[in-house]
Amino acid sequence: MTTTLVLGAVAYDAKVVTIWDGFQRWFDAQGLPFDYVLFTNYERQVEQHFAGACHVAWNSPLAWLEAQRVARARGRTAKAVAMRDTDRDLTSVIVVRADGPIRSLDDLRGKRLGVGAGDSPQATLIPLQHLAERGVVPERDLAVQRFDVLVGKHGDHVGGERDAARALMQGSVDAACMIDGNHLQFTREGTLPHGATRVLAQTAPYDHCNFTVLDDAPTALIERFVALLLGMRYDDAAVRPLLDLEGLKAWQPGRTTGYALLERACERTGWLQPFLRRLGAA
Amino acid sequence: MNRTAIDLGGLGLDQGAIVLLRQALAAMAPGDRLAVSGTAPALLVHLRAFARAEGHGFEPGPADSSATLVRGTAASARWQQAERAGSASADGTVAHAPPHWGLAARGAAVEAGSPAFHFDLADRDALWCDDAGELYRRAMAGQWDPAQAIPWDAPRHHPAFVEAALVQVLTYLIENETAALIVPARFAARVHPHFREVMQLLAIQAADEARHIEVFTRRALLAGLPLGLSTCGGQTSLQTLVDEPEFALASFLLSVLGEGSFLHLLGFLHVHAPDRCTAEIMRLAAQDEARHVAFGMAHLTRHAALDPTLHGRLRVAVERRHAALQHTAGLNAEVFDALVLLAARELTPAGIARGHAAVAELQQQMDAGRRARLGKLGFGDDTAALLSSLHTRNFM
Repeated sequence: MTTTLVLGAVAYDAKVVTIWDGFQRWFDAQGLPFDYVLFTNYERQVEQHFAGACHVAWNSPLAWLEAQRVARARGRTAKAVAMRDTDRDLTSVIVVRADGPIRSLDDLRGKRLGVGAGDSPQATLIPLQHLAERGVVPERDLAVQRFDVLVGKHGDHVGGERDAARALMQGSVDAACMIDGNHLQFTREGTLPHGATRVLAQTAPYDHCNFTVLDDAPTALIERFVALLLGMRYDDAAVRPLLDLEGLKAWQPGRTTGYALLERACERTGWLQPFLRRLGAA
Repeated sequence: MNRTAIDLGGLGLDQGAIVLLRQALAAMAPGDRLAVSGTAPALLVHLRAFARAEGHGFEPGPADSSATLVRGTAASARWQQAERAGSASADGTVAHAPPHWGLAARGAAVEAGSPAFHFDLADRDALWCDDAGELYRRAMAGQWDPAQAIPWDAPRHHPAFVEAALVQVLTYLIENETAALIVPARFAARVHPHFREVMQLLAIQAADEARHIEVFTRRALLAGLPLGLSTCGGQTSLQTLVDEPEFALASFLLSVLGEGSFLHLLGFLHVHAPDRCTAEIMRLAAQDEARHVAFGMAHLTRHAALDPTLHGRLRVAVERRHAALQHTAGLNAEVFDALVLLAARELTPAGIARGHAAVAELQQQMDAGRRARLGKLGFGDDTAALLSSLHTRNFM
């Protein structure tokens, strides 16, 4: 019988080791034997999740859809058991130069749009879908320039969005896509000078990462894992550094109602197909 | 439930409006609602991101220029387990300062979970004296600028042998003041910053010695002579001081016995200085040393009153140091001769007799001074006399 819960996570940054080492110590102290494996990209993580390498995967929204589709194709089920408070109700924005001529989405026709990494839900797939659903079809009606930083990590690294923002200020693109919070961060840090940009469009709210489990996960361990997560309190000095590192104030139960926009983006572009074909799930 | 509103005007969250929001939210209870309005571009985009990142709820308003924030628990949760690191006043110290108060100002509210610092001098009884703050302020007020305070261009008319003797004595002083800098500097880094007045006193003591090293060196080089001799015995004696790990014992050996003896030596050099420049240097250095002795006496007197074992340990420290040095030469002959020559001023039997008598008197004064200070610390006359006699013959 499995006695140690094994989590899978993608190493998008060196701090990932610090984060999960810290969680490991804390879970151990709470009586939950815990270990983790790191993957270099989400596709490998989803594939290995199904191969049994881990019991729970810390998935990007795109990886969640990948896991869900593979599960469906194999007659299995995937479930989102928990997520950060900061994973709920994100929006992305399309930003233009305040002094430029672009005033509406229609003005984007024939222009160059800077996006993040090709596999970034927040900085590429979702904002492009937002445009397509309003009749401005990427690649057909406007040119898309990708700022691919760490492809395979689904945009977890902020570098692609920052590069797109810089390109906007340098004039090599006419608009750029980013998470709402990154627009605030970029203007506060000066990557985007105050007053130099205007938010042209904002997507509908969507959800981000979740802890994904498959139907063969060890139930008691998962229940204990989720109970411990939901019990972590920001006023507890022992866990606050971990929450700060992972970027949340409280864990929330998993929900899957916030992925529809991304799902439509994947359907429109066929983004998931190569991966699903490789796993025999297309 | 409170309901509050704030109008940010044209101020954006990237221009500091976050400060206004945090101030408003801090005054509210979790669950309270804050209606926010403003005209800054991207106000709602940024409000949503801000609320999510800081753990507040976000509800867009009916217009593009307003929204409601629902105050979350995280902002105050960070400080729920914070504790005050004593209080800022001079009587606000605690008996033992815990490692996790670290570098925090005394009296600050320290967030729970702060890293532990390993300041091993964290017990008030081992280092505190009630007038530490006053001693520090006096030390600050007594600082002097060598460029202004010393008459470097004062005339020098003494013979060459007197200058050579002076350079030898200054070489010895520099070596001793280096030890007197290193010892408090090391302890300053070991004292828990909660006892900030002690830390400050030790720091300014080190700064005093740095200045002494500077002026002694500059005076020694004034006539163009090379510096004098540094002996094995002198350095061995100072090494026993530098290597003493316990604060009370090091302070006793350095400040009470060593710097206490140096007060007399500097007084002697002031009187017998061959020029006004040297005389002024010795006077000012003695002022500084007197403060160092005063602090040593003050905290050891308090410590001895609280810890009945301290007297025994101080006595053992003197005896141990004496045993370690008994096979060394003590004060080197070159320094002794140089002191005689400075007081003699002439290479004649009568002059040397005068100088020799002056140095003998100096040593008696040093002994009397040490016994008086030991008496104030609570040692009986016989023990004081014994310990004074066992003090290093190297003076410091």
